[in-house]
Amino acid sequence: MSGSAGVRSVARILARDDGRGGTSLPVLESDGPLALRRTRAGGSEARVMLVGAMSGPLGGDHFTVQARVEEGARLSVGSAAATIALPGQAKGDAHYDVRLEVADHAELHWLPEQLISAHGSDLYVATRVELAATARLVLREEQVLGRSGEEPGRLTSRLTVRVADRVVLDQELACGPGAPGGWDGPAVLAGHRAVGQLVVVRPEFAAEPVPVRSLGEGAALMPLAGPAALVTAVAPDALRLRRLLDEALASLG
Amino acid sequence: MSRAALLVLADGRFPAGGHAHSGGAEEAVKAGRISGAASLADFCRGRLHTAGLVAAALSAAAALGIDPVALDRAADARTPSPALRLAARKLGRQLMRAARSTWPSAELDALGREFPKGAHQPVVLGLAARAAGLGPVDAAYCAAYESVGGPATATVRLLSLDPFDATGVLARLAPEMDRVADRAVEAARRVVDEGVDALPAGSAPLLEIGAEAHAGWPVRLFAS
Repeated sequence: MSGSAGVRSVARILARDDGRGGTSLPVLESDGPLALRRTRAGGSEARVMLVGAMSGPLGGDHFTVQARVEEGARLSVGSAAATIALPGQAKGDAHYDVRLEVADHAELHWLPEQLISAHGSDLYVATRVELAATARLVLREEQVLGRSGEEPGRLTSRLTVRVADRVVLDQELACGPGAPGGWDGPAVLAGHRAVGQLVVVRPEFAAEPVPVRSLGEGAALMPLAGPAALVTAVAPDALRLRRLLDEALASLG
Repeated sequence: MSRAALLVLADGRFPAGGHAHSGGAEEAVKAGRISGAASLADFCRGRLHTAGLVAAALSAAAALGIDPVALDRAADARTPSPALRLAARKLGRQLMRAARSTWPSAELDALGREFPKGAHQPVVLGLAARAAGLGPVDAAYCAAYESVGGPATATVRLLSLDPFDATGVLARLAPEMDRVADRAVEAARRVVDEGVDALPAGSAPLLEIGAEAHAGWPVRLFAS
């Protein structure tokens, strides 16, 4: 047994085509601080809200959220509030794993609120997405380094996206005290306190990749090597970051 | 097997075209993020621990004999900016030409046939090191040093920075280059058992964003 007194929580979502033009949720499993609620459906899509996770994993905790979208189903997941990574009483870092699977002709929108890295926290986030060849995805990830006027904690965040068993995106950003040097310097964040990525996967991008677009000094829309596009953005704060990402998503139609 | 081959491969005068690239320094200078030796050091440090570590691990893995096609795909996934993917392939092609004539090798020939437009430069670098009888540590050092040597030299030209200051920046980064090369080789050895997902994936958002802005300029001193 490990000596850490941290909490382990695993929340699960399974979305299934209900055969009547909608999406059912045969599995919607909350666990401890990770609470899932089904909200009003929109058309063929099921909507789920992650609530009560306002305080994110503390030192020693290990949270996992798993979502699987079966063939033909459509799922949209959001969160009720930003997640705050705080220092815990238990020693050691905290882990937050997100595992997403999207089958053929299925679609997932994964649009949680920001992750805020509070001073003294130490969090490792790993988001892994596996998509079938004709699956569709919109995924947003935003990190805010420190609450207002506060130095950030240590945050390492890795995002891996596979389409038809081929990795199209693998990126890890490490920042805060103890991260490898230069993270706040002119090559990486240059003092920006909000950083985000928006990944859009659509099978039609294979034949017709999105054109590259610079979105001001702090953001760019880029076609990846595969049927996917990425918006990477840095901004002084969460509000301006969201605006950049929203504009970029709207421009994709 | 000759350690001196490392000096030939790492020499800035090795005809592989690296001098035409600034590693993002040109854009960072214009945007005001690099304005002197201190900010150059910060830039280089950030690049070393992100793109530099990834390049060093790719090179070390290629030098170990890991499938270069899988490594090239891993490099693509770790390089979201198409401008940077293109630059890496152009540099790979130029290095391929120089390496094949310097250290003829069936493996280099095969990689050249597989990627007529060029494989990612760090992958070619690792295979070139292998062809020269060098090992993964040598390849990792070479890539780590290149990741900061390019921007430092470019900044001398872009800012008329004192070359002594630029060289001082590189010298002070030496202990960190040691650590990056160590981590890169460790990761490359894990790839043998775990596959290319074990490679580091350090990202530098402003290098990617800046590369796309830079690619859109009508007039540039450097290709990237």
